[in-house]
Amino acid sequence: MSVPLYHVVILAAILFSMGLGCVIAWRANVIMMLIGIEIMLNAVMLTFVAGSAQWGIADGQIFSLMLIALTSAEVSLALAMVVYLHRRKQSVNTDDFDSMKG
Amino acid sequence: MEAILFYILAAVVLIGTMFAITARQAVRAIVYLVTSFFALALIFYLLGAPLVAAFEVIIYAGAIMVLFLFVIMMLQLGQPEKLPVPRLSDWWPALVLMTVLMASIVVIAAGKQPAPVPGFQQVTVREFALALFTRFGVAIEIISMQLLFALVGALYLGRRR
Repeated sequence: MSVPLYHVVILAAILFSMGLGCVIAWRANVIMMLIGIEIMLNAVMLTFVAGSAQWGIADGQIFSLMLIALTSAEVSLALAMVVYLHRRKQSVNTDDFDSMKG
Repeated sequence: MEAILFYILAAVVLIGTMFAITARQAVRAIVYLVTSFFALALIFYLLGAPLVAAFEVIIYAGAIMVLFLFVIMMLQLGQPEKLPVPRLSDWWPALVLMTVLMASIVVIAAGKQPAPVPGFQQVTVREFALALFTRFGVAIEIISMQLLFALVGALYLGRRR
């Protein structure tokens, strides 16, 4: 493939900034914040795979595989926590969880 | 040909993500995101990583997004499931940060003339598996332990009390 590496990196950077914007703009909603984190992790995976393809070494692909495993662990825990919080206050709005009382 | 395909898929990824982060309903955001992840998996395939592309489709677009869908449909977030839209005062710090990031990337990309690239190289599945199970064996163990911890933690958080 004859796409220069920095085009792929620019795509990953735009994707990452979109994820960051999603996390910041939807900071009142837990689920949309998690979606933004997913977008950012995908941008990082794209960077890893592009580097792996550029230099012909498998390490980048291995780390993107580990990133997938890490993300699935993180998402399962975070969604369990979302369900727990929703069971307590019937809401996923972060502004409702402003008390530090256990 | 592959380069044209890459740019088309990049456009699909960016447009899908753009619709996902501005969607009014969480379910629509998830569906747009699945589209975006399919295109990203095809980009991975073009970059010579068929295994990562398959995992992206199976685990990301298949498992994780379906988990999101289940949780959103389970939670009953009001009727209908419309999210309160972020106000403009919520959007502007995000827009400022996105503009700064993209501008810095464009400056770097335009300022430095990239070296002539030899083109991407294919990493075969054999090389991938060899490196994964010889040099990164400890990392595999740690990742599996981490998945176990996540499983126990999710069970603890999700139990009825």
